[in-house]
Amino acid sequence: MSSTTLFSPALAARFDKLVTLYPVKRSALVPMLLYAQDEVGYLSDAVIVEIADRIGITELDVRNVISYYSLLRIKPAGKYHVQVCTNISCMLRGGNEILDHCKKKLGVANKGVTPDGLFSLEEVECIGACSWAPAAQVNYDFHENLTAEAIDKVLDDYRTKSKSGVAK
Amino acid sequence: MATLATHPDCVPVVSYRFGKGATDIGRYIELGGYDSVPKALALGPEGIINEMKASNLRGRGGAGFPTGLKWSFVPKQSAKPKYVLVNGDESEPGTCKDRLIFEQDPHSVIEGTIIAGLSVQAKMGFIYLRGEYRYLLQIMERAVAQAYTKGFLGKNIFGSGLDFDIVTQTGAGAYEVGEESALMESLEGKRGIPRIRPPFPAVVGLYGGPTIINNAETIATVPHIFRMGGAEYAKLGTERNGGTRLFCLSGHIERPGVYELPMGYNLKKMIYEVGGGIPNGKKLKAVVPGGASTPALTADEIDIGMDFDQVGKAGSMLGSGGVVVLDETTCMVEFALRTMKFYAHESCGWCIPCREGTDWLKKSLTRLHEGGAVDKDIDNIRYLAENMLGRTFCPLGDAAAMPTIAFVKKFRKEFEDHLDGKGCPYRHTHQEELVVV
Repeated sequence: MSSTTLFSPALAARFDKLVTLYPVKRSALVPMLLYAQDEVGYLSDAVIVEIADRIGITELDVRNVISYYSLLRIKPAGKYHVQVCTNISCMLRGGNEILDHCKKKLGVANKGVTPDGLFSLEEVECIGACSWAPAAQVNYDFHENLTAEAIDKVLDDYRTKSKSGVAK
Repeated sequence: MATLATHPDCVPVVSYRFGKGATDIGRYIELGGYDSVPKALALGPEGIINEMKASNLRGRGGAGFPTGLKWSFVPKQSAKPKYVLVNGDESEPGTCKDRLIFEQDPHSVIEGTIIAGLSVQAKMGFIYLRGEYRYLLQIMERAVAQAYTKGFLGKNIFGSGLDFDIVTQTGAGAYEVGEESALMESLEGKRGIPRIRPPFPAVVGLYGGPTIINNAETIATVPHIFRMGGAEYAKLGTERNGGTRLFCLSGHIERPGVYELPMGYNLKKMIYEVGGGIPNGKKLKAVVPGGASTPALTADEIDIGMDFDQVGKAGSMLGSGGVVVLDETTCMVEFALRTMKFYAHESCGWCIPCREGTDWLKKSLTRLHEGGAVDKDIDNIRYLAENMLGRTFCPLGDAAAMPTIAFVKKFRKEFEDHLDGKGCPYRHTHQEELVVV
């Protein structure tokens, strides 16, 4: 492995271990992409090159995998990525209304990012919160049994958190 | 925090340790955890499979294949290593049960994986969670680390002389990866594209080795079968449908939630008594009995027992346990359209009937919903769906086609009400305008 890395020492060490866990190195690809994205914010060209190099596959192989998975992105999202489910169980309990409310509140369309980079919004498919619908995820955190007021509070809390400098 | 819902009719088996702090290995052991592995070790591979067969446990992922029989297909001798793969890529709309298991009882998944491994002499297991369940990966990783510390994983597990390792990871957002062969591709670091079968995973699976692949709930049930005995477990359910399962009630229902009920529990009772009926005095219109891919039942078709055979006989499927309830205000065209938007989004694109079929169905249903359709479009929707059936490598094409056929067949009048430029006669919940790529 090259001595220079884009990643923090902790993540680089995690990657060194990850590629040894599986019968084939390439199995570590999807987890590596996720963890890299969590740290860097998105899968930049440089991230893709380094991951390809760590696994010993081509950059194209990596891009081919990235384009398949909906959680992986090659452009930055907001610091808080708001993912509103509108699939059947959520739709029946007002998921579309929650999405519309978020669009108005944040002033962005689906897949948009607020000008300050704080929030991005995405309509997503079923997130596994059907019995607690309607639901949304902000980054990896679940917010369930939502109403317009509840999602307002969720978004306001993230805004406050960001201002006070508390990490996500 | 996802929590289990309860009702006097609930029978806690797989949820036996939920809400009791069993994420910690010490507490799990106090509650009888990891007692099943020594029992399984004493029985040996053949004994384990016989016990599983006696339990009448059928796969909780959706297809309902008998688990013991599935395990027995793994060849005894194999040049390549054998593997156990736990499918926690729960993504079927309407389904949120595996999430509870990982969150509240992660060690039951580990223990089940070990027993599955012992039944075929595998040395390695993988637990694959959906990418959205990142917080559960942390819970699972902690549980796996605790199991290593106790000597339940690693070299010479339980002093048996056998080795067994478990690796946990998540996916990155793909419904298709919940399909067994696509899951193996994903775990090998590739796009989740299904493989042609035969050969089946039991013979040629992960890394080309014989592989047991089961749904997370199926695996989490295994230790309980050895705790109670296979025959006792079987008795909780109906004929050929052993035990209990987690049902996820969602949609227009008074008390949505995940409930553990015996196999064969009456659907009508499940909705009206367990779930408290339909809110706001509304009437029931339809029930999707086992996740988005299962054909809807009308209000007068729900007096049936919820097991694989009885729901099958009623023309639908028990599926993944996701019971979605629709009241009389629901527009069935809109519901069909939302379902199809999902499948069009999730089709991996490998098979043309699925890739093109889901997209055309989405377009046709959109046109119908917006009032631009003509009479012939209704039959075209059904014709298109019928021609997708059985013509794809994996069941995603069928999963999109089957409910669509049922919607047209059972709610044709509603489809017709959208014709002649009228559009949707129901309260219109918003649909994103279509971007045709």
